[in-house]
Amino acid sequence: MEVLKIATAGSVDDGKSTLIGRILYDTKSLTSDKLDAIKNTSKQKGYDYLDFSLATDGLVAEREQGITIDVAHIYFSTQTKSYIIADTPGHVEYTRNMVTGASTSQAAIILIDARKGVIEQTNRHFFINNLLRVKDVIVAINKMDLVDFSQEIYNKIKADFKSLMDKRDYQEQNITFIPVSALKGDNVVHKSNNMPWYDGQTLLEHFEQLDTKDIYNVGTPRFPVQYVIRPKTEEFHDFRGYAGKVYGGELSIGDEVVALPSQTKSKIKEIFVYDQLYQTASRRSSVTITLEDDINLSRGDMLVKVDDLPIIDKQFTATISWMDSQNLVAGNKYVLQHGVNKVLAKVDAIHHKIHPDYSGIEENIKALGMNDIATVTFKLNKPIFFDPFKHHRTNGSFILIDSHSNNTVGAGFIQ
Amino acid sequence: MKKDTSKINPLENEAIYIIREVAAQFEKPVLLFSGGKDSITLVRLAQKAFYPAKIPFPLMHIDTGHNFPETIEFRDRLVNELGLELIVRKVQDSINQGKVKEESGKYASRNSLQTTTLLDAIEEFKFDACIGGARRDEEKARAKERIFSVRDDFGQWDEKNQRPELFDMLNGQIQLGQNVRVFPISNWTELDVWSYIERENIEIPSIYFAHTRATFLRDGLIWSSDDDVVYRDEDEVVEERVVRFRTVGDMSCTAAVLSEAADIASVVQEIRDSTISERGARIDDKRSEAAMEKRKQQGYF
Repeated sequence: MEVLKIATAGSVDDGKSTLIGRILYDTKSLTSDKLDAIKNTSKQKGYDYLDFSLATDGLVAEREQGITIDVAHIYFSTQTKSYIIADTPGHVEYTRNMVTGASTSQAAIILIDARKGVIEQTNRHFFINNLLRVKDVIVAINKMDLVDFSQEIYNKIKADFKSLMDKRDYQEQNITFIPVSALKGDNVVHKSNNMPWYDGQTLLEHFEQLDTKDIYNVGTPRFPVQYVIRPKTEEFHDFRGYAGKVYGGELSIGDEVVALPSQTKSKIKEIFVYDQLYQTASRRSSVTITLEDDINLSRGDMLVKVDDLPIIDKQFTATISWMDSQNLVAGNKYVLQHGVNKVLAKVDAIHHKIHPDYSGIEENIKALGMNDIATVTFKLNKPIFFDPFKHHRTNGSFILIDSHSNNTVGAGFIQ
Repeated sequence: MKKDTSKINPLENEAIYIIREVAAQFEKPVLLFSGGKDSITLVRLAQKAFYPAKIPFPLMHIDTGHNFPETIEFRDRLVNELGLELIVRKVQDSINQGKVKEESGKYASRNSLQTTTLLDAIEEFKFDACIGGARRDEEKARAKERIFSVRDDFGQWDEKNQRPELFDMLNGQIQLGQNVRVFPISNWTELDVWSYIERENIEIPSIYFAHTRATFLRDGLIWSSDDDVVYRDEDEVVEERVVRFRTVGDMSCTAAVLSEAADIASVVQEIRDSTISERGARIDDKRSEAAMEKRKQQGYF
């Protein structure tokens, strides 16, 4: 069974929550008590249809305003796949949640209201999913029932969207267009009888055949040391194990490795998962590694293969997404968390702001505000071991932490 | 048919990673242990995370005094076998100290009283991280919970001001007085937990399996009439039924389901076929549509 994580994005009233509710309903994923609750509430409100958005809009403020505020996670499965949908809000002010949702997803749904077509928000959603290098984007043109299931309107929106695609940075991203009606259930799980002109897949059919494998930099293992295990018991008196998750590639017993930053070389002696010994640690597995030589590694250090070093530097330029109400200003200092490693970072220069609606860049920027995206150079108090984001999604990203509030105030993607 | 358990591997890898982050980022973590299947699963994951070393933090049970006796017996045996440290703090003590008032009436439950006892214990031991077995699929407000969820001095959850969590990176930096609730099995579903228990051959309390029990019916739900913990009207007739429990919370708010599933394989099959959600048998969530969110804002787990 594979797990596919999908982020959704859309503007207010595009019907995102309704679409997810519809998917749950048509895949029979709603339990009878949840369905009863939806039926009762819909009836109370006097609707003549079932309000599926009630399945996901969980917070009181959301139900009051009828909008989605925070990222909600929804789970369902079919015979072939398990799905996690990260439902993120579409308002401008919640861009940070959209970046967050996209950061852990392999696919994204961008919803467009067929009556409104491509709007500024659409550009923004597309930009963010492209910036975060989400592999598959599905453009769901919703509310087709309200435009008489018109092929002409569908084609016009598709053409408008395609003009955006020329401007994107990550050209290899797969993009698929599907005309749907979430409210009526057309082309969501079941094929629509109302749009005979569309011979493509339904939304679910499309998900079902997506490749869930991580495409990023297969074969370039990075092993950040998360925790050092020293049992100090009689049986394991001299045991020193390095616990962590393997990213980007595999590591096997006998592999020659270099420890960073010390540059000391050694060989992998054992790989444990619990009390079981393994020959190979596969990508994204949480393991404990021991080495042939007694070298001193601590949290934040990294093991890599001898012939496959990352960039080791105290300075780099990154695209950042600013998420805090306090401005980012050149000269400011932050805690920079790169994986499990933390260093101090100083904003050396803000180069330019990027308008996420593809309307260009803005130079001579003094400060960044909430939801701004910009190119920034950082200087660090000590080197980190990174790869460009386009080669390594995990080892090329970081978060910024305000050392006063301790909040996560920004995310960055190293160029 | 050979069961496909490969879906659990990424979930297990993620949970172990999260538990290790807690040990690395916090001074005084604790694992909140209720004796239910989710917290038992957490204990196994923590064992895996630190092998061959012991779990480097204690377990804490907030005891409502209305637990199923089978759960307490199970708890003590587990702690003994694994050589773990267990802290128990009792809701009864909070009642005796006059900090909380016992609810009365038909739907009286000590479930919401736990919050005060929990917050007091966090303060007493200066815990900065509490690991819990909550899952996002349980309930709508839980679906929006972060993996590292920061709580203030009052244990409150500010749902509109949650820290963004990007990629695998967990930010555990907090101010003095704040603490973090950590949910390593956030992305697991009920079926995932059961499949894992089956795959790993994890022992769980007997009340999860079909047994004969003295029960009565109310609002279409089956309640245990043992020990007189649950309020019962004169006209609510006690009858023996073959039941099991899908969740093991406080006796006063956990209803049983009719079931013949006497072993783990049958339980997994039953969950697979079920059309009612797990919390459908938890009366505490039915109080209002926003019941869980309100309790969480007040510091409930």
